[in-house]
Amino acid sequence: MTSELGHLALALAMLCGICLAIFPSLGVWRRDARLMSMASPAAYWQLLLVLLAFICLVESFISHDFSNQLVANHSNRDLPFWYRVAASWGSHEGSMLLWILMLAAWTAALAALSGNLPQAMRARVLAVLGAVSIGFYLFALITSNPFDRVVPAPINGRDLNPLLQDPGMVFHPPLLYMGYVGFAVAFAFAIAGLIEGRFDSAWARWVRPWTNVAWAFLSLGICLGSFWAYYELGWGGWWFWDPVENASFMPWLTGTALIHSLAVTEKRGNFRSWTVLLAIMSFSLSLLGTFLVRSGVLTSVHAFATDPTRGVFILIFLCVVIGGSLSLYAARAHKVHASQAYSAMSRESMLLANNIVMVVAMLAVLLGTLYPLILDSLDMGKISVGPPYFDAVFLPLMLPALFLMAVGPLARWRDAPVLPLVQRMRWAFAASLVIGLLLPLTADSSYKPMTALGLVMALWVAGGVGLATLENMKSPSGGIDVSRLALQPGSWWGMQLAHLGVAAFVLGVTLVNSFEIEIEKKLSPGDVLTIDDRLSLRYAETSSRQGPNYEAIQVRFELLRDNQVIGELRPEKRRYKASSMVMTEAGIRRSLLGDLYISLGEAVDGGWVTRVQKKPAVNWIWMGVLMMGLGGFWAAADARYRKKRVPSSNTTAMDVSSRSGEVSG
Amino acid sequence: MSPRQKRLLMVAALITALVVATALVLNAFRSNLVFFFTPTQVANGEAPQGKSFRIGGLVVPGSLQRETDGLKMQFAVTDQAKTVQVHFQGILPDLFKEGAGVVAQGMMQADGRFLAKEVLAKHDENYMPPEAAEALKKAGHPVGTPEQFQKAPTKP
Repeated sequence: MTSELGHLALALAMLCGICLAIFPSLGVWRRDARLMSMASPAAYWQLLLVLLAFICLVESFISHDFSNQLVANHSNRDLPFWYRVAASWGSHEGSMLLWILMLAAWTAALAALSGNLPQAMRARVLAVLGAVSIGFYLFALITSNPFDRVVPAPINGRDLNPLLQDPGMVFHPPLLYMGYVGFAVAFAFAIAGLIEGRFDSAWARWVRPWTNVAWAFLSLGICLGSFWAYYELGWGGWWFWDPVENASFMPWLTGTALIHSLAVTEKRGNFRSWTVLLAIMSFSLSLLGTFLVRSGVLTSVHAFATDPTRGVFILIFLCVVIGGSLSLYAARAHKVHASQAYSAMSRESMLLANNIVMVVAMLAVLLGTLYPLILDSLDMGKISVGPPYFDAVFLPLMLPALFLMAVGPLARWRDAPVLPLVQRMRWAFAASLVIGLLLPLTADSSYKPMTALGLVMALWVAGGVGLATLENMKSPSGGIDVSRLALQPGSWWGMQLAHLGVAAFVLGVTLVNSFEIEIEKKLSPGDVLTIDDRLSLRYAETSSRQGPNYEAIQVRFELLRDNQVIGELRPEKRRYKASSMVMTEAGIRRSLLGDLYISLGEAVDGGWVTRVQKKPAVNWIWMGVLMMGLGGFWAAADARYRKKRVPSSNTTAMDVSSRSGEVSG
Repeated sequence: MSPRQKRLLMVAALITALVVATALVLNAFRSNLVFFFTPTQVANGEAPQGKSFRIGGLVVPGSLQRETDGLKMQFAVTDQAKTVQVHFQGILPDLFKEGAGVVAQGMMQADGRFLAKEVLAKHDENYMPPEAAEALKKAGHPVGTPEQFQKAPTKP
């Protein structure tokens, strides 16, 4: 019954989605307030019904209903409770339902929190979201129904892929999807703005908090995914430039450009075309990511060709979304354009550079991700584009962005003469240059220019944040008054935190790339392995243990510093019973200074081939991204977005910008 | 400078930046493409010397030989028509199995051995790396059904 109820709820939810797309639009057209006000109840009912469908699916997994095809394929009687819950979105169909749930949640949240929007704008935005959701309902119901039955029902399920049996699976996909789907809101605002021909600073003020929140979720989702891959895959890497990762990274890049571009649109009324196009791009790339990950093309374009319905559906959907929104943009471009003059050295020009860098970076990732697929589908041979390409492209692209990241927030809008800027920043510049260049000399290894470069950039970005904080503490009389910081709005604090996060990220990447140690060796009980001049590792004992649905061999290593035991690590080799798949579970000792990471290879006559890695400062990478994400939430919580405004205000960019000198984007 | 000159300057800077970026990207792209060759192609001498590439196929059962340090090893990869001897030093992925599909990336040595830097077999037990499946198909020995190829887990 549960599956049928879920199926019915999903079908009814689609009806709500259709109502949401049609009636408010009709209302705007006929200036009928009653029709427009149908948007909210439709959005709430939609969420309720999708939630019901989703609960039905989760319940099927929890109660081991193997008559449901998905449960039979992705669960097992021995699977622990939380992994059964997570298994609901561990498959293609389930993850589509999660996507739909997220979209319904964002739509309902918008309906609930958009009281300060003019009625017509609100109706349009919600209608666009409704239209987008119809596409997904059709996709789920026609090509990927999560409620399909299997007759006769098997006695036990095939099990969730052991790689996915991890707490990461519980949190990573929902966070990531919150981000992906969140860009649908920015997209809906862009489309509504195009239809209405309205892109003033009030419009930007409506969009900004939503976009910031979406971006923050996406950052956290990517961060968690990277953290998970690091400890789960047993390689000790934190980013692989794998197409699946790239799929989430591309919307993040354009989303980053979008939140900065929106700042300009709000404060100065400029960059409207950029903002609209970036909103369209971010959402389209979210769709493309779904297509890449979910259609099977990554596994094999030929697999895609044998069952093309899903892929073709998403491709058509993608074409409709991109083609439709770009045609709308082309038709309305004359209404979008409005420009305030700004000079070549100004906060605007630096943010423009940021937009360009982010888009070029996205295009480079897109090229590296799609080219092998295109070549393969044309039968022109199989190739792969590895990490060296992405590294080679990314580093030089990010250097100017990092440099400007420190300068931009200190530069004035419209015109920021170079000389005063240089004067304000000379100490921060000198300090980061000297410390960054000299610090690597204290390391034991030979001097690496890349290490120095990374340190200089991290210090420079952090220095910019420090300088901005310091300058905002200066009272008019010239003294330092910490309480003046309280005058700064949430968006300023969010930006500061996020930029500091970038500094932490760059520092982490630099240190781990420069000073990591990797040793592969066969170790037998009693062996002592020297890691560096102080640390060593002793193979203490081998034992076996039973997990809930796996059996494991565990090796206990003692970590010694100056021959004193300071801790132990317990890497495991697991064999999952249902799939008889073997998995390596790394043993990790974490600290802020760095991790020690052990994974087991093969058992060879009495010992284990072992990979031991020392990863200095690796946790700074995720801490940095975490700070970026939190910064996004903080900025979105800025009080000025919550102010009630007169709906039909003529607020233009000008009267905001006149007092925006000290307020930051 | 007049506003017009300034604007011109900015446009020029922009175009320069874009050209530099494009050149950078395309150059990095061209020099980092890794091509795939089947064991038959390697045996026919179609694979490049002194450049990294990928081979794929099945690991010949019983062909895995380890040296006593447990790290250096060799195994044979076949597309059922021709076989290539692969040498590797390191830790094999969990899913490496004799008789199962594998993809290795590395370089051809002067003595005809393939020295792998990386061995890939990182999906579930039903899953055949697409390149390996392709190699078998080209050699006229397709393995498994297309549905099976889709069983790759959805890496989150």
